[in-house]
Amino acid sequence: MDTREKDIENLKDYKYGFTTDIENIRAPKGLNEDVIKFISNIKKEPKWMLDFRLKAFERFKLLKEPNWQKPKYPKIDYQDLYYYSAPKSMKDKPKSLDELDPKLLETYNKLGIPLQEQARLNGIAVDAVFDSVSVATTFKGELTKHGIIFCSMSEAIQKHPDLVKKYLGTVIPTTDHFFATLNSAVFTDGSFVYIPEGVKCPMELSTYFRINASETGQFERTLIIADKGSYVSYLEGCTAPMRDENQLHAANVELIALDDAEIKYSTVQNWYPGDENGKGGIYNFVTKRGLCKGKNSKISWTQVETGSAITWKYPSCILRGDNSIGEFYSIAITNNHQKADTGTKMIHLGKNTKSKIISKGISAGFSDMTYRGLVDINSKAKNSSNYTQCDSLLMGNKCGAHTVPYIKNKNFDSNIAHEATTSKISEEQLHYCQQRGLNPEEAVGLIVNGFCKEVLQQLPMEFAVEAQKLVGISLEGSVG
Amino acid sequence: MKEQLKTDFEKIQKVSSFSSKDVETKRFYLNKFIERGFPNRKLENWKFLDLDKIINKSINELSFYNDYSTTNKIDTSIFIDGLEHNKIIFINGRIEKIDFSYEDKNQIEIFDNTKIDYKFDDKNSLIDLNKAFSNKYFKILIKKGYSVKKPLIIYHLTNEKMKSKNINLRLDFELEQNSSLKLIDFFNDITDTNFMNILYNFDIKKDSILKNYKIDKSLNKNIKYSYNNINQEKNSISETFIFSASSDYFKNEINCNLKGEYSSAFVNGIFSLKDNKQHEIRTSINHLVENTKSYQLIKSVLGKNSKAVYQGRIYVDSIAQKTDGYQLSKAILLDETSEFNAKPELEIYADDVKCSHGSASGSLNENSIFYLMSRGLNYKESKELLINGFLLDVVEKITDTEIRNLIKNMIGLTE
Repeated sequence: MDTREKDIENLKDYKYGFTTDIENIRAPKGLNEDVIKFISNIKKEPKWMLDFRLKAFERFKLLKEPNWQKPKYPKIDYQDLYYYSAPKSMKDKPKSLDELDPKLLETYNKLGIPLQEQARLNGIAVDAVFDSVSVATTFKGELTKHGIIFCSMSEAIQKHPDLVKKYLGTVIPTTDHFFATLNSAVFTDGSFVYIPEGVKCPMELSTYFRINASETGQFERTLIIADKGSYVSYLEGCTAPMRDENQLHAANVELIALDDAEIKYSTVQNWYPGDENGKGGIYNFVTKRGLCKGKNSKISWTQVETGSAITWKYPSCILRGDNSIGEFYSIAITNNHQKADTGTKMIHLGKNTKSKIISKGISAGFSDMTYRGLVDINSKAKNSSNYTQCDSLLMGNKCGAHTVPYIKNKNFDSNIAHEATTSKISEEQLHYCQQRGLNPEEAVGLIVNGFCKEVLQQLPMEFAVEAQKLVGISLEGSVG
Repeated sequence: MKEQLKTDFEKIQKVSSFSSKDVETKRFYLNKFIERGFPNRKLENWKFLDLDKIINKSINELSFYNDYSTTNKIDTSIFIDGLEHNKIIFINGRIEKIDFSYEDKNQIEIFDNTKIDYKFDDKNSLIDLNKAFSNKYFKILIKKGYSVKKPLIIYHLTNEKMKSKNINLRLDFELEQNSSLKLIDFFNDITDTNFMNILYNFDIKKDSILKNYKIDKSLNKNIKYSYNNINQEKNSISETFIFSASSDYFKNEINCNLKGEYSSAFVNGIFSLKDNKQHEIRTSINHLVENTKSYQLIKSVLGKNSKAVYQGRIYVDSIAQKTDGYQLSKAILLDETSEFNAKPELEIYADDVKCSHGSASGSLNENSIFYLMSRGLNYKESKELLINGFLLDVVEKITDTEIRNLIKNMIGLTE
């Protein structure tokens, strides 16, 4: 069996679909003040953190669930979820990897994310989040040398309360939309990154999210702060076991770039997409927002979205600093009954701000894909520019591809250019490839990879290879 | 406003001669409108320009009462010279005259008893308002194989009697097989702060051609809304041109259903705005069968405090293979207070299609101005020349030479 066929075999089972049999501690089912206090208590949080949560919860009670999105889903009963679930062995936090529950280590090995440092290939520091808690962070020593803080959110609240207090909720306030507010109230863990002034982070930082427990929502919160003149590249990966029920994942990610800083955030999202008939799968309702706070700062989002039953997210950039740059590169692939409504928001507030959006959507099977984006150039954002390109590829006539851009230009010095196309793989291209000896599926793989190339190029090496494979695999069975 | 609507409605019924069945239908739509009111920004379609707010702000005590029993004098001096044409004269909410003097009378039929209950966009409360308050409306039928020789101009007029009034107009057109009609909507309303609500329905049968030109040329402080519903059968063509410039607020909606194979729809539009004008074009082109085509081109030149919105939607049904759909919107912002918003939307369910859209906005190209100035033009002339060329592009799309020249002169474009 060649590797490609193996990949196909793997896909048929969704190779990350296993569950880890591990004892859990859970918060009582449901959403109320007591549960929030329980979460805060078990994490030994200071009072200001609890107040932050309760304030968000007060607000949450007033909000209505939005329903303007294209993919509709059955009503979620927010009282029928567990908001906290953690492996029992994590109760007394292990001091080092040696003390970590072997079952957890094994899980991550199975996922292809070995947590032992010596096993890592090329020095990517990993923060592994299992259900509601961060279980391990690697390469801490190396990072500390540079003054970089990379740890779980809970740890940051304990050890670096000043930084957390100063920045948490400044990009996504507790008064934001429904899911973001819910997250502010009940978030459990996530990653915290602080890059001090002038430091170029020597390695890729990465978080690996894993949902394991059933009937559990995952609400993690990530906060990345790049101080003046610093640089960081951050990767995020996600998987979940196969279950018949739908699971909710509502994370918040906040990025803050100060003067001359650059943050590059890459995601390869491969949550369980549900089976061929659309049963089960993750609802991926994530709020990601970056603030280019300082002059000459830059935030770049790259995402490869292949998993989840429903993906509903818009990683955004608020370009407040003069000369700041926002970028968004996205590949979204939906197959079978998957649905995606994704895109970005570029909000230009500062002078000479620039943004670029490249979005590639591929839909096959019975799936539905929507690009929804906003480009808003404020009247004060003199001499700003935006370039948007969103292309969609359709395979078959049971699927849909939609483009809904919102373009607002309030500044006469600024330029906005937007282009979008929708097409299918042409017979000529297929014919040409097949003539050169490729079988139809290989030909489609090749053409699709070419279609996505502009985005794949933006990914760090290690991720690019994986993403490229993922692109091919996700579309398996959609041709012919 | 609720009470006002009710009392005005009853007042109209007293002086008018609608059948009791019609009154009943009208009352149904009145209640529907009362329930929903004027559309506001909470509705996706009205997100950019909130009509409810605009009406509240600019019209004091909008009245819905119109006396349809008295006739209005026609001022012939406003007729367009140099173009032989048929006329429909619409003054103060009354159709005063329908004149097809250039045509073969046997080939055109005019009905005045069409059903109110035609199904349009159900979510649109302005259509309910129109159905509840419009006076008697007419249906114009062009018979099989007949091409209307001269263009038909609809004069939309108001006189000084009209202030803070709601005026509704509804016309239906049916083009039987292999017929054609050129229709010009000419707005020449100089009175202030009225709200005009216009609803057209076109049924274009096999092999027929409809050309509709809307010209909003003379400066006025009215608020206008126009909704065109176009149903197209096999091989038919519809061409719409909108010159949107002079009302305080003007929203044109085109809803086009391409129901027959090889049918095609063209929408071209110009926004030329300044001084607090707010205009919008919203199109919805529905490709429902195979081998249909649509093309849209919208260009805007926006001056001080003006705002233009273009919302274009192309919908492709899952059976509508081989669809060719294209939209392009371009805007030049001349002042720091001008604003352009666009929402070019594609909703596609078929795979063998060619659909694309483009949207660009920005200021005039300084390099081009420099080039022209180095050739001896002054700054103002260079700017005008560039804008002229920019807009000419859209006018050139008008397929009827006579009308193209008329519009070119009217707008003041030179070749």
